[in-house]
Amino acid sequence: MSGPVAVLAGGLSHERDVSLRSGRRVAEALRAVGVDVHVLDVDAALVATLRTERPSVVFPLLHGQAGEDGALRDVLELLGLPYVGATPAACRVAFDKPVAKAVLAAAGLNTPDGVALPHETFRELGAAIVLEAIVERLGLPLVVKPTHGGSALGVSVVHRLEDLPTAMVAAFSYGDTALVERFVAGTEVGVAVVEPRGRSRVLPPVEIVPDGGVYDYAARYTAGTTEFFAPARLSEPAEQAAMEAAQRAHDVLGLRDLSRSDLVVAADGGVWILEVNAAPGMTETSLLPQAAAAAGLDLGELCRDLVETAAARGPDVT
Amino acid sequence: MSLPQPPHGSRLDPWVEAYAARTRGMTASEVRALFAVASRPEVVSLAGGMPYVAALPLEAVADTVARLLLERGTRALQYGSGQGDEGLRELITAEVLPTVGIHAHPDDVVVTVGSQQALDLITRVFVDPGEVILAEAPSYVTALSTFAAYQADVVHVAMDEQGLVPAALADAVDAVARAGKRAKFVYTIPSYHNPAGVTQGPDRRREVLEVARRAGLLLVEDDPYGLLGFDGVVPRAIRADEEEGVLYVGSFSKTFAPGLRVGFVVAPHGVREKLVLASEASVLCPPAYSQLTVAAYLSTQPWFDQVKAFRELYRERRDALLESMAAYLPAGTTWTRPAGGFYSWVTLPGGLDAGAMLPRAVTARVAYVPGTGFYSGWAKTSPEARSSLRLSYCYPEPDRIREGVRRLAGVVQAELDLTSTFGPIGLPPSQPEPVGPWNLADTPGPDLA
Repeated sequence: MSGPVAVLAGGLSHERDVSLRSGRRVAEALRAVGVDVHVLDVDAALVATLRTERPSVVFPLLHGQAGEDGALRDVLELLGLPYVGATPAACRVAFDKPVAKAVLAAAGLNTPDGVALPHETFRELGAAIVLEAIVERLGLPLVVKPTHGGSALGVSVVHRLEDLPTAMVAAFSYGDTALVERFVAGTEVGVAVVEPRGRSRVLPPVEIVPDGGVYDYAARYTAGTTEFFAPARLSEPAEQAAMEAAQRAHDVLGLRDLSRSDLVVAADGGVWILEVNAAPGMTETSLLPQAAAAAGLDLGELCRDLVETAAARGPDVT
Repeated sequence: MSLPQPPHGSRLDPWVEAYAARTRGMTASEVRALFAVASRPEVVSLAGGMPYVAALPLEAVADTVARLLLERGTRALQYGSGQGDEGLRELITAEVLPTVGIHAHPDDVVVTVGSQQALDLITRVFVDPGEVILAEAPSYVTALSTFAAYQADVVHVAMDEQGLVPAALADAVDAVARAGKRAKFVYTIPSYHNPAGVTQGPDRRREVLEVARRAGLLLVEDDPYGLLGFDGVVPRAIRADEEEGVLYVGSFSKTFAPGLRVGFVVAPHGVREKLVLASEASVLCPPAYSQLTVAAYLSTQPWFDQVKAFRELYRERRDALLESMAAYLPAGTTWTRPAGGFYSWVTLPGGLDAGAMLPRAVTARVAYVPGTGFYSGWAKTSPEARSSLRLSYCYPEPDRIREGVRRLAGVVQAELDLTSTFGPIGLPPSQPEPVGPWNLADTPGPDLA
């Protein structure tokens, strides 16, 4: 490889802080294996910097809008720069939760029953009557989330109809459309897929047991508040099913290099896909690095392999 | 083949079982995360409280510091006394305290690492875990965090447009006594309150002092903004009329430079002795370099003219804020009209929740601090806490303030639209019991504009 690796972190999304931490972690890991890394924020100076520095590969570690929705990768393609991760088109599908659910469902994968509705629908038809219809159809408890974004921002678990309006407001504060899904009880796991040197590999599922029962922002980013089991305490068939589901989700969404599927393995062994992330978190408390460690992979070596894979692939042509 | 399964998971922190109880609630926070975005220049931050130090005469300060190091470098770079540099204490009593009506002896002064350390030391020497501190509702967030660090039980006392309400203070003292406890002190910011933006007039100060005297209640008077009144009036400190019952906490962070971290407390003899020993146990001595810099600045530069320049600068920004709030914010929004200091306290209409609204504001590239951060424990969940927010005008230029308020107005309007659909919102359903009174995580760090 010629030139340094540009790690992109920060940006203006709600997950800026998480992205900065992911970027720092990956940059440190890459440096530890001898890779020259520049960490760049996404701002008005970025394009000029990329033009002058001509990094050999860009490693986007941007979470949330603009980082995960594919737009920035479009710009990388315009600049003719190879990058780690999925194409803009695949990102767009994965980043939009209702669209991704439809794609997954069409491929025969289970996602919780749900409905995505914009604020206007509630305003025009009346919130109370629509929410009642949702509860009639989906039952309780429910999960309410913005259709875009991660880190559980704006996400609520609702056990009572009267709590639903507040959860809707919380989700709509992050975006114009909210997704309401049936809550699936079971073992919560994150399953990462990585493709170092183009060889797809499913990492061991990481089981998530948050102290408060809800894997919210604080539980995700406060070390000590969540117990992780890597590998997850699943039966062998359940583990296999979870890993197969993650690989299938990665494939049908057209993802590349790395992804993480958030799944629930129900008591009956059924695997439910909650979300698939094209730009999984890489912070000190994130799941993919834990999964890599459980698989005996060094994070720096893994990231270097991903970078070299992207370099060998070269720039995508738009 | 299934991988070997561990009996215990990892918590990613080997010391998780070892932390003191007082760390309860020191967690990552969604609100804190949003402030990471607010630090970007695209966002108009009306959230932080950074003084506008760009207005300082930096060349003159540089000369002062250079001369200090050349002429008294061996003192500036050496340990100092635990009570603080005597020359600085003399200047504080001769130059600074008389402006607020306090006549004290240099021995009465303990220099601290910012006024924040004064609050820490006072709490340390007076409050055992579970004991009660009375504080205004709302109150300065980092004081609340200090109280939380000592596991104090904060009881909030109502304010009105004249600040702390004396009858409410008397009631709170009685209520605490009825609960079998004793309030150790009342913490108040009488002048240009952070976050409420209100000021106790002379009568109100007398009444508050009278209640404290009758109750045998120590009064901690925090006065970082007292010299920053926009009409040029410097309110007379409560301490000016009561030496034994008031601990007066002052700061050079707003009148000079917060980066030096120099504050002080004026305390009666018995208290002072303990504060000095507690400070030595904590920081050994306040930084000599910073103290001598402040002393040199006070004695060689026209420091009070600079304070006047700050007043003019902040008044212009206050005016920009008040005018644009009147022009843009939706009907039903109310706010305080600060006569000095850095902040206005805004109350949203229609049962809006300022915390829930913050993501929308950040999307619209404007930031504020939700009101809940200025309350302790269950008071965080009160309607008055949740419907409020703090706007600061100290750092952005007037045009940026106007633009920020214009953006905020759109955010409030959109949120009103949302509540007209869904009704006023309740507590977020996933919200657990408010965790202790630890507040830092719900407000920005000190380095946010």
